[in-house]
Amino acid sequence: MSTKNRKLSYSLAINEALKQIMAVDQDVFVIGQGVKSPWYVGNTCKDLIRLYGEERVIDTPISENAMTGAAVGAALAGMSVIIMHPRSDFSLYAFDPIINQAANWSYMNGGRASVPVVFWLVVNRAGEQAAQHSQALHSLFSHIPGLKVIAPSNAYDVKGLLISAIRDPNPVVFIDDRWLYGQEDNVPEEIYELPIGKGIIKNEGNEVTLVSSSFLAAESSIAVDLLKVEGISVELIDLRSIKPLDFELIFNSVKKTGRLVIVDGSWKTNSIASEISATVNEKLFGSLKVPVLRLNLPDAPAPASRTLELEYYITKNKIVNAVKSILK
Amino acid sequence: MQYTKDLLTDLYRTMLRIRLAEESLVEPILKGEIRCPVHLYSGEEAVAAGICANLEKTDYIFGNHRSHGHYLAKGGDMSRMVAEIYGKETGCSRGRGGSMHLIDPENGILGIVPIVAGTISLALGASLAIKIKKQKKVVITFFGDGATGEGVLYEALNFAALKKLPIIFACENNLYSTHLPIKEIRVNDNISESATPFGIKSIRVDGNNVLEVYEASEHAVKQCRDGEGPVFIEFLTYRFRGHVGPDDNIQGSHTDIRPAEEIERWLNKDPINHLKKILIDEKICSESEISKIFDEVTNEVEVATDFALKSNYPDPSELLKYVYKE
Repeated sequence: MSTKNRKLSYSLAINEALKQIMAVDQDVFVIGQGVKSPWYVGNTCKDLIRLYGEERVIDTPISENAMTGAAVGAALAGMSVIIMHPRSDFSLYAFDPIINQAANWSYMNGGRASVPVVFWLVVNRAGEQAAQHSQALHSLFSHIPGLKVIAPSNAYDVKGLLISAIRDPNPVVFIDDRWLYGQEDNVPEEIYELPIGKGIIKNEGNEVTLVSSSFLAAESSIAVDLLKVEGISVELIDLRSIKPLDFELIFNSVKKTGRLVIVDGSWKTNSIASEISATVNEKLFGSLKVPVLRLNLPDAPAPASRTLELEYYITKNKIVNAVKSILK
Repeated sequence: MQYTKDLLTDLYRTMLRIRLAEESLVEPILKGEIRCPVHLYSGEEAVAAGICANLEKTDYIFGNHRSHGHYLAKGGDMSRMVAEIYGKETGCSRGRGGSMHLIDPENGILGIVPIVAGTISLALGASLAIKIKKQKKVVITFFGDGATGEGVLYEALNFAALKKLPIIFACENNLYSTHLPIKEIRVNDNISESATPFGIKSIRVDGNNVLEVYEASEHAVKQCRDGEGPVFIEFLTYRFRGHVGPDDNIQGSHTDIRPAEEIERWLNKDPINHLKKILIDEKICSESEISKIFDEVTNEVEVATDFALKSNYPDPSELLKYVYKE
């Protein structure tokens, strides 16, 4: 891996992953509404049409169901496809190709074919965009057998996980958050993979285990630093993948700390936080010093108005308070 | 007759293979030996046979809940199909799919699923892949009149026309959308007119006349291979049996759906008898040649059934196998 200390933003790390894999694999193509338009996709698809042409970088009519199904069908005919939904909410038109078809395909056909598609759903949380331009649906997709779900929190992770997702023979839901796009990190220049299904310890600690992902893993990192100043030692786990979940990493940490806070940007009921909490209670009941604490969005659609938004979304201060409350 | 004896007897044999294979399932269904939902294609065989006779092994098809005929006509193995319907490990989907999930990628049978219109967009994508790879292949998406109620069909028609994709939209209009006659699901019963506004060449043919099906699809396949796709073809046909299982859905029975005279009228248009009459009348085949084909197909069905019955069910310890590809 490159030792060059090169900084790259999250969105340009996505762009670099796409450019590099399309250069080495002629069977990869990108399709989705707005891939031509920075207004939709920022700079994530910059230069792709210039490099690979409109045959492999396909902007589409507004037909999420058929376009997502087309991605699945092209994969069945030997391609490796990235289908982009620049507003994750619109991907709900495509539940049939994602869930009925792609997720079930390998199993219901006895393993005779699988669907190498990346369903790329961009979350546009906050900004007074209200209920249909903001939804983080990782928990929902994690419920479905046959799907994998990744939610990278930084530029280094997003490049490596996206490359892995594209090369995976199974359907992968890739959820990113527009709020991360400007964030910079050291990113190797060459192509590299990160394993899907493995989390990472971002900060070692011994009093509380804090588990998070995507934008909230970045927020949690800031919260952990604030807590450190106050002498509180938090072990921060960034899940990187929502499905499969890296339970081993979580268990080992909870065995050490005895306290678990899960910070999750999906609604509380039946969320990935619920799944982690339930499983830790099943497997490690005796190791817990206090009940598990879930910090989720409330069970309500996202509001528009700023006063309500501030109450609705999870912030670093809310994370700090949650950790403190579990130590009382 | 403009067609060779080989082609004509192949068409006859394909239709007969579909008919006899399917009718062999009726008794095991009634006895409960076959449990998965089985949607019989009897009466519609000319469509699958006539279209697939124009396809190469490397061309692709996608089907629906009523796709035994498409699978067999495209070259799928009969024994593995029957084994799948019995839920056996030797089935084409290893007993994980049943009748509604047949597959054979090596023969271009890329996907068969019961979500109505569910494979139209998949077929669209396969045709997009063909275009990106600059191949000469063609894709057929088989769907019924019921699928015309799904929005994804129109999304797919628009995109296929926009990109000039090598796809044939093959609508088998059997006049019933499960239990509803076509008059109860749409104002205009001429489905072929649906594709015209998208700029797609569209035709309507007699789906019980295998030669008419063959000729229409021959042109359509050529057009797609020449980069002048897509094409929409409506095939007027009729299923001899009801929506699912052996039941006839005849009026007056508990599945009170279809008038007896209507069923009778279509039975008289049996596509297999129609071709058989041509073969005999035009002295292309003798009675004994026809009988020989019948005996060979009967034997093939017996072999397939025997294979299915002697095969093992999947091992319960392999319940979770194939959720993901390793």
